[in-house]
Amino acid sequence: MTTAALPASTPAAVVVAEPPPTMSGRVKKTLSSRLATVVALVIAILWTIPTAGLFISSFRPAEEIRTSGWWNFFTSPSFTLDNYDEVLFSSSAGSGQLAGYFINSIVITIPTVLFALGLAAFAAYALAWIPFRGSGWLFIGIFALQIVPLQMALVPLLRLFSNGVVLGGVTLIPAPELVGAQQFATVWFAHICFSLPIGIFLLHNFISELPRELMEAARVDGASHSRIFRQIVLPLIGPALASFAIFQFLWVWNDLLVALIFSGSNAGVAPLTVRLAELAGTRGEEFQRLTAGAFISIIIPVIVFLALQRYFVRGLLAGGLKG
Amino acid sequence: MNETQPKLLMLMYGVIAFFAVVGILLLVVDKAPKRGREKVQLLAFLAPAVILLSVGLLIPALRTVLLSFQGPGSVDWVGLDNYEWMFTTAEARRILLNTAAWVLIVPALATSIGMLYAIVIDKARGEAFAKALVFMPMAISLVGASIIWKLVYAVRPPDQEQIGLANQLLVMVGFEPYRFLQDPPWNTAFLIVIMIWIQAGFAMVILSAAIKAVSADVIEAARLDGVNAWQMFRNVTLPSIKPAVIVVMVTISIATLKAFDIVRTTTGGQFDTGVVATALYDQAFRFGEEGRGSALAVLLFVLVLPIVVYQVRVLRSQKEIR
Repeated sequence: MTTAALPASTPAAVVVAEPPPTMSGRVKKTLSSRLATVVALVIAILWTIPTAGLFISSFRPAEEIRTSGWWNFFTSPSFTLDNYDEVLFSSSAGSGQLAGYFINSIVITIPTVLFALGLAAFAAYALAWIPFRGSGWLFIGIFALQIVPLQMALVPLLRLFSNGVVLGGVTLIPAPELVGAQQFATVWFAHICFSLPIGIFLLHNFISELPRELMEAARVDGASHSRIFRQIVLPLIGPALASFAIFQFLWVWNDLLVALIFSGSNAGVAPLTVRLAELAGTRGEEFQRLTAGAFISIIIPVIVFLALQRYFVRGLLAGGLKG
Repeated sequence: MNETQPKLLMLMYGVIAFFAVVGILLLVVDKAPKRGREKVQLLAFLAPAVILLSVGLLIPALRTVLLSFQGPGSVDWVGLDNYEWMFTTAEARRILLNTAAWVLIVPALATSIGMLYAIVIDKARGEAFAKALVFMPMAISLVGASIIWKLVYAVRPPDQEQIGLANQLLVMVGFEPYRFLQDPPWNTAFLIVIMIWIQAGFAMVILSAAIKAVSADVIEAARLDGVNAWQMFRNVTLPSIKPAVIVVMVTISIATLKAFDIVRTTTGGQFDTGVVATALYDQAFRFGEEGRGSALAVLLFVLVLPIVVYQVRVLRSQKEIR
């Protein structure tokens, strides 16, 4: 099972071949294509080995991780799932207790992705197809917000949640009193706000490209914007929604900063990344926990990514190149 | 597992809230009265996003600017004290220097490596697979990547067996084991390697698409002229993909400027590795120095401001052409 992810399987796949016509050309071409192959191999190996090392380590007994390198696995293989069992389910305070954090990650991610998608799609549609004064400027403003570092918003936003709206010593809106699982709401709120600019921009790119005749014909037939949105726009922007959904999923699932600030280090709300960063800090050398823990946090985004890579790349190209 | 139930309940509420909000908004749009119908429809579609952006981003950002002129606890106005701290104290200067190193090195190297890889695997057999290998780190969290590299950089005393690959290689060629993460100033360089490892895949994907878009006629013409591989790259490929290269470098620069997770997970900003993003977090959320934290946030904003202005210009010129 472990061998599937090993770099050993990569070389065969990366061969550059293209037979050139002339003799001298062929020699030169072979040389340069040899060089290209070597370069490709070196980069591919450098980019794969660190992850492979982590993956292999996570299945080695704790004692062996502590005393020898993971490459010894090939000469004296020993396999165990103890690290995963311990880091997920052990109840001792020092171990990961990651099962709970894993659920937190899911609870944080799903509503955030849904809301960001829905609200961004609405706004993008309005900006593209409902003409009003200032539409262009509003779009540019939202586009500019996308580049503004979210760090600019952290301190005041956290205060908003802890103090409510206070103006000149008068509390206009009291702070929401969130207990237990309700505290997820603050993390949701922060993530949704921070992802709207990029979401609106990406979806606007697709929605504004829909054929004008189609939209106008629907308007002439008396369809409301709600109807056009549901019956014409939504079915056509599926791929765009998919690519933004993947972005948003990866971003929220992998986020550390927002979670750290808006969940505190509250074990009932904090996601996997927060717990892993904590383990890496306080128990920096306990690699049996770190490797298994890191792999648990990595595996879901990697599966999503591999399954939906096409949409992800399409989104990157739309956002990256137009931006 | 008793604590799982309220969480799943909360998840359910979240999902229900989503469908409720979307349903209500669409209903409002549908059932809007004839008079002022356009306006109601516009508001229903646009208002939620605009309100969230104002409450969650715009107003807080403006308040951060104000906070940066206030002291700890945001009680007193302190003028430019926080900015003075930022540019005159040794600890803050270290942080600025480190950030400069990150922002100068990561985009340059990640883009170069990504471009090189995109070129050598272009049209190769198994290209998709080769791409996925280098692209994969993009899907991994920065925290996960940091742990991956922490294992690579792990160090054991010389008399013990090494468990980190980097030190194993050093020892094999006869050097002493090196404390990659603890010894300044080079530890920052080894943290930068992690960011390059992550961003090269992004550069590769974008540039690979740009390379494939270079017109086949131009390439064929150059080939008939008998140019070699280097000349082809220098005179044909590079000029054609220049816009994409700029976009990639700008995007990676912004991401690097804001990078927080790697330093936080590997060293926690100790051993002289702090950057603006980690210092900002420490000052504002650990040391109670919201003023200094806010000043650092404003610095980040000022640094990306030229990019914002440039991008807005590009966007506006695109709109005019259409």
